[in-house]
Amino acid sequence: MTDPSFIFQIFVYLSAAVLSVPLAKRLGLGSVLGYLLAGVLIGPHVLSFVGDVEQNAMHVGEFGVVMMLFLVGLELRPSMIWRLRKAIIGMGGLQLGLSATLITGILVFSGASLQTSIASGFILALSSTAIALQMLKEKNRLQSDGGQNSFSVLLFQDIAVIPILAFLPLLSAFPATEPASVPVSNLIDALPFWSQTLVVLTVVVIIIFAGRYGMTPVFRLIARTRLRELFTAVSLLLVVGITLVMTLVGLSPALGTFIAGVVLAQNEYRHELESEIEPFKGLLLGLFFIAVGVSIDFNLISTKADLIIGAVVAYVFIKFLVLFGIGRVFGMCLDNTFLFSFALAQGGEFAFVLTSFATHSLVLSPEYADILNAVVALSMTATPVLMLINERFIRPNCGTLEIVEPPTNDIDITHPVIIAGFGKVGSIIGRFLRANGQKATYLDIDPDNVDLLRKMGFKVFYGDASRADLLIASGAQTAQILVIAVDNPDKTIEIASTARKHFPHLKIIARTNGWTDSHELIDMGIDDVYRETLDTSLRMASDVLVKMGHRSFQVLNARKMFRKHDEQYLREMTGLRHDKDQFIREAKQRIKALEQILIREKEDIGKDKDLGWDVTSMVEEFGQHSKEDN
Amino acid sequence: MKNILVLFAHPAFEKSRANKVLVNGLDSMEGVTFHDLYQVYPDMGIDRLHEQQLLEQHDVIVFHHPFFWYSGPAILKQWQDLVLVHGWAYGHEGNALKGKWFFNAITTGGPKAFYQIQGQSNRFSIRQLLSPFEQTATMCNMRYCPPFVVHGTHSLNENDMTMYRQIYNDYLMLFRDDKIDLTLLSKMDYLNEYPLSK
Repeated sequence: MTDPSFIFQIFVYLSAAVLSVPLAKRLGLGSVLGYLLAGVLIGPHVLSFVGDVEQNAMHVGEFGVVMMLFLVGLELRPSMIWRLRKAIIGMGGLQLGLSATLITGILVFSGASLQTSIASGFILALSSTAIALQMLKEKNRLQSDGGQNSFSVLLFQDIAVIPILAFLPLLSAFPATEPASVPVSNLIDALPFWSQTLVVLTVVVIIIFAGRYGMTPVFRLIARTRLRELFTAVSLLLVVGITLVMTLVGLSPALGTFIAGVVLAQNEYRHELESEIEPFKGLLLGLFFIAVGVSIDFNLISTKADLIIGAVVAYVFIKFLVLFGIGRVFGMCLDNTFLFSFALAQGGEFAFVLTSFATHSLVLSPEYADILNAVVALSMTATPVLMLINERFIRPNCGTLEIVEPPTNDIDITHPVIIAGFGKVGSIIGRFLRANGQKATYLDIDPDNVDLLRKMGFKVFYGDASRADLLIASGAQTAQILVIAVDNPDKTIEIASTARKHFPHLKIIARTNGWTDSHELIDMGIDDVYRETLDTSLRMASDVLVKMGHRSFQVLNARKMFRKHDEQYLREMTGLRHDKDQFIREAKQRIKALEQILIREKEDIGKDKDLGWDVTSMVEEFGQHSKEDN
Repeated sequence: MKNILVLFAHPAFEKSRANKVLVNGLDSMEGVTFHDLYQVYPDMGIDRLHEQQLLEQHDVIVFHHPFFWYSGPAILKQWQDLVLVHGWAYGHEGNALKGKWFFNAITTGGPKAFYQIQGQSNRFSIRQLLSPFEQTATMCNMRYCPPFVVHGTHSLNENDMTMYRQIYNDYLMLFRDDKIDLTLLSKMDYLNEYPLSK
């Protein structure tokens, strides 16, 4: 049996999240602060619900960061990163260098040893990808100039972790302590530097090539089994696998999955991957934030309150100052500079990793490391509060605010039209829209079909459109129209009800099979239902009439009228259909009425005033009269 | 010999008494191309290139239509808007129709007496009311000829209509066989006044 205390821990973490996050959101504090507070609440200093699992929770939670970078990668394209190169290297490099130098200088000035100061400088220069990106995303500012630059700096930091890891043990070469034994060992440590570099490069190239050419057939194979959990498994396997490989060669797993994400950004299974990983990322990231909350050592803080509070304030202030300066130098406007500076003015999750690494390498003393961790954790907690202050009090006074433009070509574009089902009907809709320059996102459940259409140049994604998460990944939140063109009526209704429930703003255009499913959709308030056989049948009948010598213009008008009556009839029947007797009675009457209208239209020309071209009454009025005149 | 293109437009041809008789046999007449616009383009989706090609192949262009609200049926306007484009029909390089002859063949319920300058409910003559067509023809460098008009269709009987068809066919043949004296014709109000040799 499962260890009951383990289940209890899960229960505690989940309830803390479920209780605090909605409350925090309700109070306008954002989910990150909610999770952090939940962590404090269940931590050893308040309710003391969690025991020794806190460290494990933190490690598992860090996996959420890895997943988040995978998802961020999925939404980017190589061209986009290329465009950001100046921001990544320029701003990122400057931020890291300046922050590290300033912090080191202040620590040396206040009497710390040189190697402790340098190590702390680098550790504290890093910011939290998890907190910054999550908050920017939640506030919908990720696409803004400030958001993009924050992302660039964070990306640089993620890459910089690798050389910092390599550099830290060197500091212990100072005579203060014994030589370090490196605890984070990996497969290639024993190799000389140049072959290490070679191995690292090879791994990155393999990830790129495997992502580009190897994954699609695998995804297709899995998708063909039509077992959803298998796709979830393969998505997780991908992320876990990359993490493992990256750890083995001593690279940042976040960087590895980020690269994999970028490579897979153009893949047809992208939306499916996104929606599979998303909930795991959310949960694990939440766990990470909770763990940060739990880890805050209030005993330590209360005994050294002056020192720690002072350090946190100074730390956040220095980081903010550096970021603000960089923002202004790189020409960002004021509101974006504030956003950028507040978003990144905290310690990062890598600080915990690096601190423990530095302690093991005997660069930092354990007591010092505890203080460092407390400062970082508190600075993380301060960020949501600072962002809130920025949002409420600073931004409104910034004068001209940047208007965030809709995502450009480089970022993933969400099209205003989503087409679910790319079969017989959907493909015609798609071809016609494309011929008229209307872009759309296509979804289909048949992997072979997706593959074929991809080869023909359509942007089709694999996935089940009745799932809200997949619709979100396809941009349903910003789209305007959802076309349901699948051939299974039950699926159509399922998709329609999902869309109605989660995206009430979406206009739904639905293909239906016949009367029954049309009725159901109309009941749901969807008025644009298209019976798949109606128009074709009417066109065929019209052509029969024309070939039999009827006037084509008259046939066209008759067809329009028939269609109009039939559609009207369908809608009127929707309400009546539950009463069977009345339904049949009504139906018979209707058919008769329609017949009569058409017969009258055809034969009794004198009484039809629908068409302005009828002269019968004029003949009656003027016929005699004009004869006399003639 | 001239080629004649009859562009026929009647949205309710199946209900028309006069025009059914008038156009009967036109499609088999030598030198005449009968083009039933509402039948070919019920949804008004005019094929411009095809229409231009047809025009280029003919020397005399006839708009044959009922006189609806002092003009032609809607498709005829659509046809003009889409087919008679700048650079082809008119303008510096638009010479495709230059020198071709043009006239309207119309049917109208009212007698000729209705269409007079000081009438009871009419203020204009047929020729005045047709002036947009005349101007269009002029703009396209065509020779505008007086219209062939069948008045009082509401009161015509089968015999009257057959007679009109014969006259109409005779005029078409005069055009076809190049036996029209334009100077003489241009002095007349209606084509109907032009003397038939018989």
